[in-house]
Amino acid sequence: MTTVDYVLRLGDDALVTAQRLGAWYAAGPEMEEDVALANIALDQLGAARLLLTYAGELEGAGRDEDALAYQRGPADFRNCRLVEQPEPDFGVVIAKLLLLSAFQLPCYEALAGAGDERLSAIAGKARKESAYHLDHATLWTLRLGDGTDESHQRMQASFDTLWPFVDGLFAGDDGGPVDPAELRKAWTSTVEDVLGRATLTVPAPVAEPTGERTHLVELLAEMQQLHRAHPGARW
Amino acid sequence: MTAAREAVAGVVDPELRVVTIDELGILRAVDTDDRGHVTVTITPTYTGCPAMDVIRADIGAALRAAGHADHEVRTVFAPAWSTDWISPGGREKLAAAGVAPPGPTRPVALSLAVRCTNCGSPDTEQLSRFGSTACKALWRCRACGEPFDAMKAY
Repeated sequence: MTTVDYVLRLGDDALVTAQRLGAWYAAGPEMEEDVALANIALDQLGAARLLLTYAGELEGAGRDEDALAYQRGPADFRNCRLVEQPEPDFGVVIAKLLLLSAFQLPCYEALAGAGDERLSAIAGKARKESAYHLDHATLWTLRLGDGTDESHQRMQASFDTLWPFVDGLFAGDDGGPVDPAELRKAWTSTVEDVLGRATLTVPAPVAEPTGERTHLVELLAEMQQLHRAHPGARW
Repeated sequence: MTAAREAVAGVVDPELRVVTIDELGILRAVDTDDRGHVTVTITPTYTGCPAMDVIRADIGAALRAAGHADHEVRTVFAPAWSTDWISPGGREKLAAAGVAPPGPTRPVALSLAVRCTNCGSPDTEQLSRFGSTACKALWRCRACGEPFDAMKAY
């Protein structure tokens, strides 16, 4: 039996990622990249909508995708902290996309063949999109990691900055058909291979910082502002 | 009263306006029960495809125009849509409109060239794996210089 929290976690990872990527539209290093990041954001948003809709149905309290996206506070978001980290540099966007899609791809692949029919259908679609995301992040990591001294240094700094949050990808099996911890082996092999080819160093393990999730608070304040100011507003 | 299937099959894709939803493989089924209630089953191309709401509305309008006021549109996700479902006729229309049709998603023994939609040359290069909509990538012809969209094999 799949729990609400399990589905929320998958959906919130995708939703928060979509919101972060959306902020890069028209801010990428080249026009094609603006289009690419917007497309990836759209894929993540699409998956988030399906997952939150399903979570709302499992919960059975009458909350739809909009209620779950716009009317929950930061304490109720189940996403891992990796996805909410700020992206002050394009290197962080790419590093985060690599770390996330190297998780999402095997996760969706496993879910597509697992027992929950609804998750299996959603994952069956999302995995094809994740494969594109991983490919895209890999190409940029190679290009920047194995690029100039400046790009190499910034790519390495981006992975170093995000590394304390990678454990969160595999934490907390809230009760679903695939335990995230079991995906760690596949994830490690993908990430280590790409970083190695990009002449980057895999950072040493670091404990996740504790404390207030101020980045998530700020992200949600922006994302939910319109809905909170005009409840129920429609196009 | 036009047959429901015929009415729905003629709905064009709002982002690829040269092909119908039937030719794209988005339309799964049109069922009419004994009381004349029509159930249309569709499947999205990409999970976040923003055209789905327009497609649902266009199906409703086409059915009403054909005299089928009593209808519903269902969305299913499994089995997942693939570009392999685009009909041969749909592929021809895409190419004629400047969108290179997708290759097969199954493994092939060699990589297939994407032909320029302007001059037909196979000497083309991919500029970006992402394009103007979720289902397309951006290409350029080395022979004639024309940039064009190509539908991703998916």
